[in-house]
Amino acid sequence: MELTGAEILIKCLQAEKVEYVFGYPGGAVLFIYDELFKQTKVKHVLVRHEQGATHAADGYSRSSRKVGVALVTSGPGVTNAVTGIATAYMDSIPMVIISGQVPTHAIGLDAFQECDAVGITRPCVKHNFLVKDVKDLALTIKKAFYLASTGRPGPVLVDIPKDVTTDKCKFEYPETISMRSYNPVVKGHSGQIKKAAQLLIEARRPMIYAGGGVILSDASAQLTKLVKTLGFPCTNTLMGLGGFPATDKHFVGMLGMHGTYEANMAMQNCDVLVAIGARFDDRVIGDPAHFGQVPRKIVHIDIDPSSISKRVKVDVPIVGHVPDVLDDLIKLIDASKLRPDPKALGAWWEQIMLWKTKDCLRYDRKSKIIKPQYVLEKLYEITKGDAIITSDVGQHQMWAAQFYKFDKPRRWINSGGLGTMGFGLPAAMGAQLANPGASVVCVTGEASFQMCIQELSTCKQYRLPIKVVNLNNRYMGMVRQWQQFFHGNRYSESYMDALPDFVKLAESYGHVGIRIDKPADVEPALKAAFKRTDELVFMDFITDQTENVYPMVGGGKGLTEMILAEEL
Amino acid sequence: MRHIISILLENEAGALSRVSGLFSARGYNIESLTVAPTEDESLSRMTIVTSGSGDVIEQITKQLNKLVEVVKVVDLFEAPHIERELMLIKVRAAAKDRDDMKRMSDIFRGRIIDVSEDTYTIELTGTGQKLDAFIEALGRSAILETARTGACGISRGQRVLRI
Repeated sequence: MELTGAEILIKCLQAEKVEYVFGYPGGAVLFIYDELFKQTKVKHVLVRHEQGATHAADGYSRSSRKVGVALVTSGPGVTNAVTGIATAYMDSIPMVIISGQVPTHAIGLDAFQECDAVGITRPCVKHNFLVKDVKDLALTIKKAFYLASTGRPGPVLVDIPKDVTTDKCKFEYPETISMRSYNPVVKGHSGQIKKAAQLLIEARRPMIYAGGGVILSDASAQLTKLVKTLGFPCTNTLMGLGGFPATDKHFVGMLGMHGTYEANMAMQNCDVLVAIGARFDDRVIGDPAHFGQVPRKIVHIDIDPSSISKRVKVDVPIVGHVPDVLDDLIKLIDASKLRPDPKALGAWWEQIMLWKTKDCLRYDRKSKIIKPQYVLEKLYEITKGDAIITSDVGQHQMWAAQFYKFDKPRRWINSGGLGTMGFGLPAAMGAQLANPGASVVCVTGEASFQMCIQELSTCKQYRLPIKVVNLNNRYMGMVRQWQQFFHGNRYSESYMDALPDFVKLAESYGHVGIRIDKPADVEPALKAAFKRTDELVFMDFITDQTENVYPMVGGGKGLTEMILAEEL
Repeated sequence: MRHIISILLENEAGALSRVSGLFSARGYNIESLTVAPTEDESLSRMTIVTSGSGDVIEQITKQLNKLVEVVKVVDLFEAPHIERELMLIKVRAAAKDRDDMKRMSDIFRGRIIDVSEDTYTIELTGTGQKLDAFIEALGRSAILETARTGACGISRGQRVLRI
């Protein structure tokens, strides 16, 4: 029996066990929506803007390790989705985005709602396809899911012209797939792993630096075992938080532009560095020339060869699937009787503890105005460190990363690479749908939140009991901080006048809104909010306008050139 | 330093733009780029002449390998290789210049493939340097038009680029 393209697409999604599709209908995808309507296996979540669809699919994926799926129409549907696609691309999130396209005969003729979806998204997808013949559709969808979820994951877009959704052919979903041009290396080179083990054992001032690759490849158990076996200090990048338990004594905090003093000092001064699923980006090591001033041996484990020796030359590159490589490495170390010199390691830890006494995350606890850090500390306590936290982008994001101690992977969901304001709320929707019983919190600021505020309506429609923690300082806080530090206090366009009454706004969407403006009310408000397990609660915390994120490494500066609170 | 990178890639619509897009997005140089199907019609072979430090060339090959449609990448400069480029060049060849032009073409082992009252069209192959030298030798004023293919190259001896 022959099926239409739209029927085939839905059958493919069912075969991939897709639970949710986040989308928005339109002319080019009407036949697909018609088929969605006729079945119940694949549930559709109607967002209020296509950016929300891609972020929601992204949050769904990050919190569940499944492929996130978004469905948008042609033209503006695609262009609106681009921000979310680029966000997922920068953070290597497996997603499949289905976009409608004008009929094949109209392509290139500037038809209504036509845009070159494949061309527009090419630089921000792992791969994309234009399906010109219904006979190619099933195989293309199979390829899309395979590409998105294997190797270094990433978003894959499939553009489907409207006539392809009505054309018919026989349907057969391929069981397996292989592509001659795509064979990601999984197994690490054994000789290289031997070299790495040797370096680790000989290290006197070691450091383990783990990034988002540990989360994406589910290598937390292996990483934790490696660190504990060796007794080495471990730091996580912004993307890697939760990859190693933050409450473990070996954890020295996040590193980078807003990393802890001890993490950055240890990173700079170590003699053997193991980078795992991380990429030495500018927000992590600052100026590579400054970083290179201290001689050290670097082992770099990553699934993507192009991430190795891109910004920093490494000594022992290991390309492979992180958990497998770590398993091999741990086996070698276990088998070897040799261990790092305990004296040297002890002295190194003493040095780190000395750095730690700087207490770089301290803030004024006696303040009569709410300090944002305090809100996050209380949030951590009240949720017992067990919530899924999504964030937007800016100061609140950094404070959440610093003050919420993530002990488990996939609990910290933020746009680290692209830095997309507006990510938090839709990502929380995806995370809540993937984890129905979990406490999902969106930590945000009044500027970021307004970038995807329309999704409050989606939250109501699907009864998503997200807790929104809005750290409202009436500024684009991070912009204001840079202007204070580097632009002579000229707060050019970073103040937000005419803000909405967020409490009333939340209420108008049918949610609960609370305003909190006294430190004493922070804890009771949070407690009250989390008691409302079936409602979205928007907490508008009126926070200190002048608070800054410390430590801070200025743009282009060396990693240890930190601005600390007391120095200002 | 100058490098010649040869790429085998799926002969599919859009593959070329992925490669050229990669070069522009990451700020790599393209001196020339040629592409055509191979004896296996499902594959195209692309030759890119680029320049950059060793680190940049390493990144270029890694990034190219990362493209899903790219099957194989080699930097021909890693081993002995042969490089050729084809040029069609239309020159002034009015009565008094006609013999000179013919002689010049012969010296460079060119072939005259089209003739009119005042012009010759000469076909010339060789390395880019040889073609440059020919242009230099003729002088700008003698040249009416040039069409160059950009370099393509192949390894010497037993080394082959195939799947």
